[in-house]
Amino acid sequence: MVLLKMKFTLQRRVRLAQGLWLLSWLAVMCGTFVFCLGLYLKAELLRRAEVMDNTEIHVVPNILMMVGLASIGTNWVASRVCQDSLDASRFPRWKAFLLAWFVVATLLCFLLLAVVVLSYALQGSLEESLKVGLRNGIRFYKDTDVPGRCFQKETIDHLQMEFRCCGNNNFRDWFEVQWVSNRYLDFTSKDVKDRIRSNVDGRYLLDGVPFSCCNPASPRPCLQNRLTDNSAHHSYDFQSEELNLYSRGCRQALIDYYMGLMNSTGPGVLSVILIQMSVVLSLRYLQTSVEGAMAQEDPAGDSEGYILEKGLKETFEDLKANILILLKFGQVNPNAAQESPEAGDPEKASDNTTEKATSTTSAS
Amino acid sequence: MPFMPVKFNLQKRVKLAQGLWMIYWLSVIVGILIFSLGIFFKIELRKRSEMMDNNESHLVPNLLILVGLLACGVNAFGGKVCHDSLDPIKFAKWKPMLKTYLLLCCGFNGLLLLTGLLCFLMQFAVYLTLAEGLKNSIKFYKDTDTPGRCFMKRTLDMTQIEFRCCGNNNYRDWFEVQWISNRYLDMSNDAVKDRVLSNVEGKYLMDSVPFSCCNPGSPRPCIQHHLTNNTAHYDYDHRIEELNIWTRGCREALFSYFSSMMSSIGVLIFATIILECSVQLSAQYLTTALETMEDPENPECESEGWLLEKGVKETLTDCLTKLKTLGKGNQVEEGGDAQEAT
Repeated sequence: MVLLKMKFTLQRRVRLAQGLWLLSWLAVMCGTFVFCLGLYLKAELLRRAEVMDNTEIHVVPNILMMVGLASIGTNWVASRVCQDSLDASRFPRWKAFLLAWFVVATLLCFLLLAVVVLSYALQGSLEESLKVGLRNGIRFYKDTDVPGRCFQKETIDHLQMEFRCCGNNNFRDWFEVQWVSNRYLDFTSKDVKDRIRSNVDGRYLLDGVPFSCCNPASPRPCLQNRLTDNSAHHSYDFQSEELNLYSRGCRQALIDYYMGLMNSTGPGVLSVILIQMSVVLSLRYLQTSVEGAMAQEDPAGDSEGYILEKGLKETFEDLKANILILLKFGQVNPNAAQESPEAGDPEKASDNTTEKATSTTSAS
Repeated sequence: MPFMPVKFNLQKRVKLAQGLWMIYWLSVIVGILIFSLGIFFKIELRKRSEMMDNNESHLVPNLLILVGLLACGVNAFGGKVCHDSLDPIKFAKWKPMLKTYLLLCCGFNGLLLLTGLLCFLMQFAVYLTLAEGLKNSIKFYKDTDTPGRCFMKRTLDMTQIEFRCCGNNNYRDWFEVQWISNRYLDMSNDAVKDRVLSNVEGKYLMDSVPFSCCNPGSPRPCIQHHLTNNTAHYDYDHRIEELNIWTRGCREALFSYFSSMMSSIGVLIFATIILECSVQLSAQYLTTALETMEDPENPECESEGWLLEKGVKETLTDCLTKLKTLGKGNQVEEGGDAQEAT
């Protein structure tokens, strides 16, 4: 029983070939789109690579770029097959490639689905990577004279200003770290000596934040120092002041940004999957109908096109049997054992062999 | 004697028509580009209009938008005429309009020239508007509770951060203005009272700048307050310190941004003028070549194309006499006598 059989007149075959040619060029455009998407995502991730600890999340743009390139090639081959499909002399040379083409195209669809799933699944890993990266960034903020870390201050300042965030979780992260370098501290001053002695590690800690945490939308000029001391500033209440600094942490801001980027590409990727699947199905119909027409005496007559020659289950059984035969090619005895139950039912055996022959020819 | 005549056979006419058709469509794309540049420029001016006291002149972007649309229309029409030019039946319906069309194109070129010149000349106006606007912005920085000016602080902060600049000419402009609102000043404090009494107008002046003047590239955490007091900070000399805050003034930064935009648009306009002139010269050749075919039924015949039917001097004198007769249209006797005399 054939799966999804359809009758094709010559006119319909020609229309199918033309439509499929256009569709496969559209799919080539979609492949370019997917590649460019992957490239853009990778560029954005690389821009903030300094505040990320590991590169696990890079697997998403890498797969997108690979799939984009592969689908450009695959769909270009499909358009060539379409062009040759109505010419009886040129079509047979594609027969051997078509099975491989179907496998590759379906694999591409699965990879695209995997990308959509991965972009959600890797959110936890991205969060961890950002947590460690930002913690280090804040710790090394003051080391503008250490080679390899001199630009950490500038990076963190630009990050906080661009993403409107402060610190790792919130602005209090700056209270726990010495972010003023010792080069700019007057160690003869009493205030400095007190602060350094006030904690075990001998660090100069203050309840102040860098200027990049300041929120320009605040109606009041920015208060950066002595944030927890209400009496240090006129008409200031630390608990209720909201607009003075950015309240969001940079980790949350960056995750929101990257998740938003990946979510907005979701619908695009899903529609590319749909287009690719429709190319696969249409090419299958075209292949079976053209082969059917060429096998008949009148090549210009009607023929049938289908997705699978037998039902799903039978095709699956045949496939399994073929694979087992291929695997057991070296072993003589089990082959003989396999043939004897078939020999017991000669009619079934002849049916099976003819079906196997037609399935192998249709598969190739 | 025609001015710069060129002989055309069928082959040459066809090639000229095809080439001209492609260049017309290229000109349409250039027209779209000019239109979108005009819109971009208008949006940029709107974005920074608070820095210019909402006083800026939108003449140049409006002209650019108009010129872009006109270019699209004129060149699309020209392309259509080219497309029909080799078919005598279709071309016949365009024939009467062609002279006026070419004159219109010359007028359009004049408009392009005017736009190009304005792109360069209006930069002075932008400079003056910026100077005035920034001075007021700094004055109104503290008025975050006055309706109509509540967002001045945020706009100025974002501008200083984005353009990496501080103040109007430089950071000292902030020393002359009270940029902290009285709401946040403790008037009972002695230090505050001293500062307010230290000047005639009773303003709270300090040698400090807002946080948006800070340079993130400085190796040292930003020093905003007591900038001229070397003893207030450890290892600090305000005369050699360069990286702490932005040294450039916002007027210079904004002006260089706008002037580079206007200059590049101006260069594009002048390139468009050259393109349009060459297109019109080729169109004149094509129309005259098609008009002078001796045998309209036989497309293979040769014809001659030229730029002007007579020489330059004769064409000019003809134009002048035409203008004179137009002027003297109402005066019957004198006009009649003068014409009969010549």
